[in-house]
Amino acid sequence: MEAAVGYVSGDADSLLMATELRLGLPGTDDQKPKTTFSPPATPRGKKRTADAFEDSAAAEEAHKEADDVEAAPPVAKAQVVGWPPVRSYRKSCFQAAAATKSKANKKAEDATSSNKTTPSAAAPAATSANGGSFVKVSMDGAPYLRKIDMRMYKGYRELREALEAMFVCFSGADTAASNPSEYAITYEDKDGDLMLVGDVPFDMFSGTCKKLRIIKRSEATGLGSK
Amino acid sequence: MGRAGGPAAPPWHSLPDEVWEHAFSFLPADADRGAAACACHGWLRAERRSRRRLVVPNCYATDPRDAVDRFPSVRAAEVKGKPHFADFGLLPPSWGAYAAPWVAAAADGWPLLEELSFKRMFVTDECLEMIASSFRNFQVLRLNSCEGFTTAGLAAITEGCRNLKELDLQENYIDDCSSHWLSNFPECYTSLEALNFSCLHGEVNFTVLERLVSRCRNLKTLKLNNAIPLDNVASLLRKAPQIIELGTGKFSADYHPDLFAKVEAAFAGCTSLRRLSGTWDAVPDYLPAFYCVCEGLTSLNLSYATVQGPELIKFISRCKNLLQLWVMDLIEDHGLSVVASSCSKLQELRVFPSDPFGHNGGQVFLTERGLVDVSASCPKLESVLYFCSRMTNEALVMIAKNRPNFTCFRLALLEPRSPDYITRQPLDAGFSAIVESCKGLRRLSMSGLLTDLVFKSIGAHADRLEMLSLAFAGDSDLGLNDILSGCKSLKKLEIRDCPFGDKALLANAAKLETMRSLWMNSCSLTVGGCRLLALKMPHLTVEIINDPGETCPVESLPFDSPVEKLYVYRTLAGPRSDTPDCVQIV
Repeated sequence: MEAAVGYVSGDADSLLMATELRLGLPGTDDQKPKTTFSPPATPRGKKRTADAFEDSAAAEEAHKEADDVEAAPPVAKAQVVGWPPVRSYRKSCFQAAAATKSKANKKAEDATSSNKTTPSAAAPAATSANGGSFVKVSMDGAPYLRKIDMRMYKGYRELREALEAMFVCFSGADTAASNPSEYAITYEDKDGDLMLVGDVPFDMFSGTCKKLRIIKRSEATGLGSK
Repeated sequence: MGRAGGPAAPPWHSLPDEVWEHAFSFLPADADRGAAACACHGWLRAERRSRRRLVVPNCYATDPRDAVDRFPSVRAAEVKGKPHFADFGLLPPSWGAYAAPWVAAAADGWPLLEELSFKRMFVTDECLEMIASSFRNFQVLRLNSCEGFTTAGLAAITEGCRNLKELDLQENYIDDCSSHWLSNFPECYTSLEALNFSCLHGEVNFTVLERLVSRCRNLKTLKLNNAIPLDNVASLLRKAPQIIELGTGKFSADYHPDLFAKVEAAFAGCTSLRRLSGTWDAVPDYLPAFYCVCEGLTSLNLSYATVQGPELIKFISRCKNLLQLWVMDLIEDHGLSVVASSCSKLQELRVFPSDPFGHNGGQVFLTERGLVDVSASCPKLESVLYFCSRMTNEALVMIAKNRPNFTCFRLALLEPRSPDYITRQPLDAGFSAIVESCKGLRRLSMSGLLTDLVFKSIGAHADRLEMLSLAFAGDSDLGLNDILSGCKSLKKLEIRDCPFGDKALLANAAKLETMRSLWMNSCSLTVGGCRLLALKMPHLTVEIINDPGETCPVESLPFDSPVEKLYVYRTLAGPRSDTPDCVQIV
């Protein structure tokens, strides 16, 4: 094919470049350190990757940052949307299972018995594995909580809209229209810490979020940059 | 047969259609039937009128009404919607793939329809209600990776389809409306042969389920959800010892000798059990309860079982007749070497990552060793999906030499652009060895550090390759050009994060019409290039996909505006009219 011939003759130089033996990624001049994966000094999780991301506006933007991160010696591991190629369905199933396992392991270490998980560990673990994607949502001042299925939402905006719709009846009986910016959405992660929603890619957040809490903004100062 | 014309035999073309229809019924593959239909008008007529099974791999490739008109006698139809990368969250949720037009067209033109399968499509409760009321002999409904419906829709199916034999719900996102879909099966209903509700999250009425299982003596496949406790699973098995395929659902409980004995006895009665899956959170204590069925198992799916250690390995090593094994990387290299020596008949292996995003400390369980061992000792192995954290060219070359009979080879290295971890070289040599050795390779997914060189090999050698998946690979348009100008059998190409631009696409535009579809995201495409492609190839639909909320009209963008996501597919139907705002067809 003419087009194919045109390619070969025109880009022979770049082809040669590609065969050149070198250490490091194509396109970088740095020497990459020996190990492909370096066991992280601190446990990997959303907190570390939150450091790696200045803004998590779009996952694609974050992924472009990942290119830069990987060229340098790997310190913070950047998360890329849809990689590794694990089906969203599978992700939601075993995220819960992994949480169960680590909870069960912790309990097993605490207790003196060698192999069985105690019933009290099994029960909350079972609930989280059972409806792995359902999380409780509480709102300050609301008389009861709600539950949502995290898998229903593909991004922060959808989640916010759903929560606003759910809790509109509770936000201020005296204001005609509720003011969403009065409230901040926070969540409890698997370590039990209260985090501001929105810092990390949505996929990561939905996997580690155990509980949602809608709190008044005045209480949220000190939690996030916004 | 020769009457009015004398003793000469009638010419071929005057044989009645029924003869040709009968002849065509012996052609197993749709592709062969399609080829026969191209021979002449007579064959076209005979073939299309007698086609019983229709597969539409891209729901937008044709208008549903045209498909129904062309093949009026279809009894079983399968329609697939979203592109494969939708599984990994790369497609906006409102993209499309609506089942409604297909159900409506089928209801109109195929009143005798018996089977309907949808994969990666948006199916509503109204669709399910229409299915339940439109086909008097409806028998099989399979929904795989679909969404948009609730248990209320299922209730319509179970109530309305009196001859239902199979209800297979695999990995769908179903809203639980607490509707009593299971109770809607009439008491006199006994024809159920396969039931899979593993993806449902809600409780089901166990008494109803037990009665259903008891009275359906032909039940062969039962896949439960993880709301059913172990005790109840054992009870069900006692009612259905004839079962061939079982999905256990949740398989963990505190160890109790009575419960263990009950489970063990229940499995002992299932002498026909061949396929086992489910086993979420399987606890090692109960694995020995399976021992009695191990020898008969041909398929084992432990990919949701976070169990590891010697119990797991002991269990698998007893399954000497396994053809198909899906497992988590918790099995470790050692476990796979035991599999290699125990499961000599193995044909398909899939190893899934237990911690793909490094949330639990990034512990490494599995390396290239496991795959090398299995490929060396399992002579029938032809299909592999393998997630691991490191690979070497040497290992890949060895694997290629051991197993030239691979038809499907998918390797996913967890870290993008991982080189050979010993030599630090790209994995070009390894993957080239795979395509050169495995002449029957139909599906390939590559990962790791790869340059344009590997694409030269693929383009030149992968003659039977039908589906290729690339990520974070290549250096320039040369790579994509080599693929598109070679790979004679290529049908589906999906690419993410590769430095491929418009040039290779435009130079090989004609090739795209011989393929089913092309997906590219996060490459170096421009709006102008896509527009040119669309102009050049009127039978292709060229979709530019943005994030939801970004709806800047393509016409107003400059020529060199980057395109984040591109989906191109051939179609007889022209541009579709159900695109959301974030999708623009150029």
